[in-house]
Amino acid sequence: MSLAKKYSREVKQILSKYPAEHKRSAVMPLLYLAQREEGYVNKSAMQDIGKLLDMTETEIASIVGFYTLYHDEKAGKYRMQVCTDLPCALRGAENFMDSLCANLGIKVGETTPDGIVTLEAVTCLAACDKAPMFQIQSSNGLEYHENMTVDRTMELVEALKKSGAGVE
Amino acid sequence: MASVILRHREIPDLNKLNVYKKNGGFDAFKKAVTKMQPSEVTDVVKNSGLRGRGGAGFPTGMKWSFIDNKIWPHYVVANADESEPGTFKDREIMESNPFQFLEGVALASFAVGAKAAYVYLRGEFWQVAKFLDEKIAEMEEAGYLGDKLFGTEYSLKIYTHLGAGAYICGEETAMLESIEGKRGQPRIRPPFPAVYGLYGKPTVVNNVETLTNLPLILANGADWYKSLGTPDSAGVKVFSLSGRVRKPGNYELPFGTTFRQLIYEHGGGILDGRPVKAIMPAGASSSMIAVDDKVLDTPMDYASVRTLGADLGSASVIVIDDTVSIDWVISKTIHFFKHESCGKCTPCREGTYWMMHLIDDIRDGNHSPSNVDLLLNVARQMQGKCLCPLGEFSTMAVATGIERFPQDFKKAETQ
Repeated sequence: MSLAKKYSREVKQILSKYPAEHKRSAVMPLLYLAQREEGYVNKSAMQDIGKLLDMTETEIASIVGFYTLYHDEKAGKYRMQVCTDLPCALRGAENFMDSLCANLGIKVGETTPDGIVTLEAVTCLAACDKAPMFQIQSSNGLEYHENMTVDRTMELVEALKKSGAGVE
Repeated sequence: MASVILRHREIPDLNKLNVYKKNGGFDAFKKAVTKMQPSEVTDVVKNSGLRGRGGAGFPTGMKWSFIDNKIWPHYVVANADESEPGTFKDREIMESNPFQFLEGVALASFAVGAKAAYVYLRGEFWQVAKFLDEKIAEMEEAGYLGDKLFGTEYSLKIYTHLGAGAYICGEETAMLESIEGKRGQPRIRPPFPAVYGLYGKPTVVNNVETLTNLPLILANGADWYKSLGTPDSAGVKVFSLSGRVRKPGNYELPFGTTFRQLIYEHGGGILDGRPVKAIMPAGASSSMIAVDDKVLDTPMDYASVRTLGADLGSASVIVIDDTVSIDWVISKTIHFFKHESCGKCTPCREGTYWMMHLIDDIRDGNHSPSNVDLLLNVARQMQGKCLCPLGEFSTMAVATGIERFPQDFKKAETQ
């Protein structure tokens, strides 16, 4: 089913935020909507959005490629995005990341074998006073986890793995 | 002294509409719309001495007065992109004092005659955007946003727009491109947004903290605001303290507070009692200040920090102690800017790439001493040549780090 059909109410609401003659502005919220499906923007979603906004698929792909929170490839159900930028690193974020890798048995950029968690290093998330911290990006959106320890993170990972299949 | 911006720390539940109203909420907006001319609002803000809190420090009222009144419609865009390493004030403001921020957006909109305003939040502020959407709906319900406000002809809508992970979108013209549904790459200026902004129309772009000042400035007057702070830097500022301090966080303080007061009185001093080695007063884009007693006793206002060879910018104070080597610090900032360079202009796209390779080689310790000179040379070559401030920012810590902490680069060479 096309995006416009499946999410007709959301699409209408998004388009209403921008002047009718500038409907291209809706591309970013529509891409988020498309990512709800599988956690990344697939080709048919790009075509759907292109049709809605009179944009070419190439133009849509260039937006997806430019912004880091859009993805064009499948990854784990949850992308665990750890800030390793300067202020967090001054408070131990790099050691935190190393420990997470060791505990999860994967390297940065890899996904756990069960396909649940992809571990990513990201730039500043504006939570410099609450390091170590990460956000979890999933088809449901984004969620911050601040002042974290390795133990608490692994508990969270276990919970995600358990509910993994069940989470909408 | 009572807070101006972080009032939620003194008033519980300030993010609830009835509590905000009870504490004077929307009085300023109502007064402006029903009793004042837009130009009078601009004059109050001009006289208050308020300067942009996003980093550039440009006088806010003056920025508004550049709006071209021959071209319509006008727009206001609130810059809630907050992506600079070391900056984390706007999220706290929006989460905990959202109505004061939104009333600020409304006041700015009235002052420049905008009937639509967009709040551009970085994509990571997904939950904050959802929260603001609820608050905007409550304001519409209560008659503070919508058509014919307070029985006048003035109408206003506020919308949120989520970015998707791109530091560059904090640059105002890149932000406008992004709202227009394009890649967030800066425009060549001039023309400035006040003439050619969103959808090619006159637009004011102001930072969240800047806007959050407005309701109290309008309520209490320009002289009251000026009486806080210093002659050069009026009012209060949210200082975001991070790095090797015991109590990192946001501290609202008058301009003119010293680094020592911020770090030791408010921030609880340095972890493990170590000495401060360097300060970056404006986040990752900041020049690096080598710290001695004189620096610690310097008042934090725009003019005084400049005498230390740095800018106060957004007042995102990153503190570095003597356990940290500066070559590592600049490797972090270079990797950040390399990642965030939008690729539009050659000096930044290529310069950040080469700086990254040079610092990686230096950090690996497998290169000739001339690499440090070459790195400094690349940084200097970039300066003054980039299309937007991001490129310039990427060089600041590099150039000042090498110049002011040469010993930290010698060590890396001989390793």
